[in-house]
Amino acid sequence: MSAIDVRGLTKSFGRKRVVDNVSLRVEPGEIVGFLGPNGSGKTTTIRIICGLLTPDAGEGTVLGFDVRRQSRRIKREVGYMTQRFSFYEDLTIAENLAFVARLYGLRPVENAVRRTLADLGLTSRRDQLAGTLSGGWKQRLALAACIMHAPRLLLLDEPTAGVDPKARREFWEEIHRLSAGGLTVLVSTHYMDEAERCHRIAYISYGTMLATGTVAEVIRDSGLHTFLVDSDNPVELADFVATLPGVEQVAPFGRTLHVVGRDRAALAASLAPVAARPGIAVRPGETSLEDVFIQFMARTGARPE
Amino acid sequence: MPAMVLLSPNRLLAILAKEFVQMRRDRLTFAMMLVVPIIQLLLFGFAINNDPRGLPAALLATGNDRYARAVVTAMEATNYFRFIARPESAAAAESLIASGRVSFVVTIPADFGRRVERGDAPVLLVEADATDPAASSGAIAALQTVANRALLREQGREALAADQQRAALSVIIHRRYNPEAISQYNIVPGLLGVILQMTMVMMTAMALTREIERGTMENLLAMPATPAEIMLGKVLPYLVVGGVQVTVVLIAARGLFGIPFIGSLGFLILSVLIFVAALVLLGYTFSTLARTQMQAMQLTFFFFLPSLLLSGFMFPFSGMPVWAQWLGEIFPLTHFLRVVRAVMLKGAGITDLGSEFAILCLFIPLYALLALSRFRQTLD
Ligand SMILES: Nc1ncnc2c1ncn2[C@@H]1O[C@H](COP(=O)(O)OP(=O)(O)O)[C@@H](O)[C@H]1O
Ligand SMILES: [Mg+2]
Repeated sequence: MSAIDVRGLTKSFGRKRVVDNVSLRVEPGEIVGFLGPNGSGKTTTIRIICGLLTPDAGEGTVLGFDVRRQSRRIKREVGYMTQRFSFYEDLTIAENLAFVARLYGLRPVENAVRRTLADLGLTSRRDQLAGTLSGGWKQRLALAACIMHAPRLLLLDEPTAGVDPKARREFWEEIHRLSAGGLTVLVSTHYMDEAERCHRIAYISYGTMLATGTVAEVIRDSGLHTFLVDSDNPVELADFVATLPGVEQVAPFGRTLHVVGRDRAALAASLAPVAARPGIAVRPGETSLEDVFIQFMARTGARPE
Repeated sequence: MPAMVLLSPNRLLAILAKEFVQMRRDRLTFAMMLVVPIIQLLLFGFAINNDPRGLPAALLATGNDRYARAVVTAMEATNYFRFIARPESAAAAESLIASGRVSFVVTIPADFGRRVERGDAPVLLVEADATDPAASSGAIAALQTVANRALLREQGREALAADQQRAALSVIIHRRYNPEAISQYNIVPGLLGVILQMTMVMMTAMALTREIERGTMENLLAMPATPAEIMLGKVLPYLVVGGVQVTVVLIAARGLFGIPFIGSLGFLILSVLIFVAALVLLGYTFSTLARTQMQAMQLTFFFFLPSLLLSGFMFPFSGMPVWAQWLGEIFPLTHFLRVVRAVMLKGAGITDLGSEFAILCLFIPLYALLALSRFRQTLD
């Protein structure tokens, strides 16, 4: 049985369709990355999955429970870490944890709190108000509070936004530890490197699911080919290269241009004369996930909010 | 997994503990809840405790004999009446009181002196502007005695003790614009209701909107707390706060204003508790309707003013038109005022107040069901 198996989810706010016919499957123990530009419906989809929003259409199961009718059961076994810190800033760390422990009926409460504090390494700061914690610590506190009741599925909504790189790395190590222990994780992000840390990814753009699969599958399915062009003046060259036949997208990475298109032969033909110029080298390259995502965004267009 | 119960003591305890801690940390609000009732009580209490003197009066004297002059002099000597005008006609006098330039029109009829000498009781007509009845009640209360004594003295019969008891004249008082005079004692028990209503409704109206604005609502809804648990967890702490306020107001009512206290204290406390429970549930209902704290505030004030005006706190209930009385019945304050005044001032008990008390109780399930039905378990 899949941990998440939802089909055709649709949700509108007013006349705006925010989630449009989205289907998603997540197997037990998987870490699935949920990607997409801001405002494409990631948070909305996650809220539907954990029963905080009712979909206008669509059906499916989460942990075997009906996503429309059994949201209370789903909530009991899901850990949901919201995009915005949503524990009580005017309560201490220990009081927040005790609140969660009591709500989930963990007993004895004090033991559950003490254990979580120890795991977090926050025992010495147990009486500090949660509002005074730094972004990284808030995020760790939120994660710890979300897994206190030993959920079977973890939904993380942009957990690492605004967190420094070291804290981000530690966070992902923790996610992998939890996953190794059998926990299923769906995590939304828009960091490319985080996508690469997931077993599979799902890419949503303005309500529509554009791609799902492993990173390699998503790159392969995109049908994109990439050439790397090294030059001393990449910015000027980029404008010119973009006009050539077969070139769909040009992105500078330092002194290197990523030139991307679906038609490999046309690309090669267009770039041959460029390669002949002095000081410029053209070589075939690997299409990166980022290239694919830029292509997705270019294709759907940046729609106004 | 066991079936979800709608009300688990442990989960309720979790929310209660959290709310109490948050209440304690929110110093400003906490202080406000204790200071506001005291300030209001002092403010209103002393404003109405004030027994105003030197009220402007007009004298319409068609007769101007020595008896009439004696009565007028005696009235001025009380310091209640300050005669500022001697209108020539009844119409002129009428316009003086209608415009509010005088609070009283004293009419001494032409045959005043003749009737005294004939041994008939003469008539003194006093028209009082009772739009602010508290202002004129002291003056009116003094009038009969003062006028009587002045007349007897003038007749040289002061020494006759038996005559002291006999009415030498009859004073006819017309309370204008407001037939029912509210006494001071009427207001302080009413203040109890108004102060409770103000703080209780406003505080609980913030209960959910605060969570929504701080972004904690999403988390709360994602956890297994039921609507009933959230509601009780949010309103019960304010029941305690209401209890503290009641104690403060009652002690002050007794100590500062010497309000008589005739009825059963137990019954009074029970009524207050039920009233407070209705209020916190009403406030909580507002918070399920509002999206923002601002909206919650607006709802509270939208409710507050009519309840103040139509409950019988500001204006006597029986003086209102029938439709306004009907409207007044929908406010818990209306029923609470009847109960609390009757208990404190008249010593009424449950047998006298059965139906009012029952109506007061009815507000609790009414508001609770309304709040539960309006509570959104999702973020839709
Ligand atoms: N409660 C809501 N009411 C109205 N519009 C909403 C609501 N929640 C989200 N939206 C809109 O839906 C779109 C998708 O939002 P969201 O799911 O938060 O996207 P993401 O998480 O991918 O950034 C946005 O345009 C947002 O403004
Ligand atoms: Mg989001």
